[in-house]
Amino acid sequence: MELEAAKLVGAGLAVIGLGGVGMGIGNIFGSFISSVGRNPAARAVLFPTTMLGFALVEAVALFALVIAFIILFK
Amino acid sequence: MGDPLAQFLIKPLFPIKLGAWDVSFTNSSAFMVVVIVLVTLFTNLAMSKRAMVPGRLQSVAELAYEFVAGLIRDNVGDKGKDYFPFIFTLFMFILTANVVGMVPYTFTVTSHIIVTFAMAAFVFIGVTVIGLVKHGTHWFSFFVPPGLPGWLLPLVVVIEVISYLSRPISLAVRLFANMTAGHTMLKVFGGFVIALGIFGVAPLAVLVALTGLELLIAFLQAYVFTVLTCLYLNDALNLSH
Repeated sequence: MELEAAKLVGAGLAVIGLGGVGMGIGNIFGSFISSVGRNPAARAVLFPTTMLGFALVEAVALFALVIAFIILFK
Repeated sequence: MGDPLAQFLIKPLFPIKLGAWDVSFTNSSAFMVVVIVLVTLFTNLAMSKRAMVPGRLQSVAELAYEFVAGLIRDNVGDKGKDYFPFIFTLFMFILTANVVGMVPYTFTVTSHIIVTFAMAAFVFIGVTVIGLVKHGTHWFSFFVPPGLPGWLLPLVVVIEVISYLSRPISLAVRLFANMTAGHTMLKVFGGFVIALGIFGVAPLAVLVALTGLELLIAFLQAYVFTVLTCLYLNDALNLSH
């Protein structure tokens, strides 16, 4: 396989992790919504933690993106 | 369409050579100065009246103060009060740098890994030194979780040490990657608007929504950086076992 082609395939493989990130973010907000649905008073308490979890999970997506960029533009 | 990564280029404004070192005053340094001036002006102007009933500006400053103080109270406890000035400075610097970077044609200071890594390394070294000073050699028990069978220890301690050492890297890459990826995405969508002519209205609408999302991310990443700093500080101050 040519180097250029292998780079493109590798960058594509590197962002497979985004599938897990999608599940993670969906899980976080799904849990948040069902918690607030059960107990609307807990919304103010849960929201900062939800946002923290969202940001931490989203960072994983960006790690994958950085790896893809390193493969593509190194 | 221009190169979406061109916005991160560092250009020297006043070239300075110190022997073999290039210590030029760059656009990155200029925007760091802008950020510091903005934060200093804001906090000083807002608190200059010290009114009993705060005005609009003073309310914002008190909101920021109370926000960071609340983070430290919740995550570190009373022992963390001494570190409030550092954490408040860190939060305001990152938040202002992120938000200033959202203004078109400006430079985002936090989109360079060396800047974020310098901050993360400072936090990491500082927290380690605080832990060692407060607890002495007992601090190393941090790497040994309690109630573990003896034969698992070699494995778990190695994992704990690696996870401890990877903290500054994940802290730095999280902020840098969020800023870089966000700004690159905005630029790519901006290119679509011009390329599609009259149909560019659709990507323009997306762009408006994305700018809102990026403002949220700008705040969120400053928040996450601060919260994680608080959590690391908590590990150093309140050794659980």
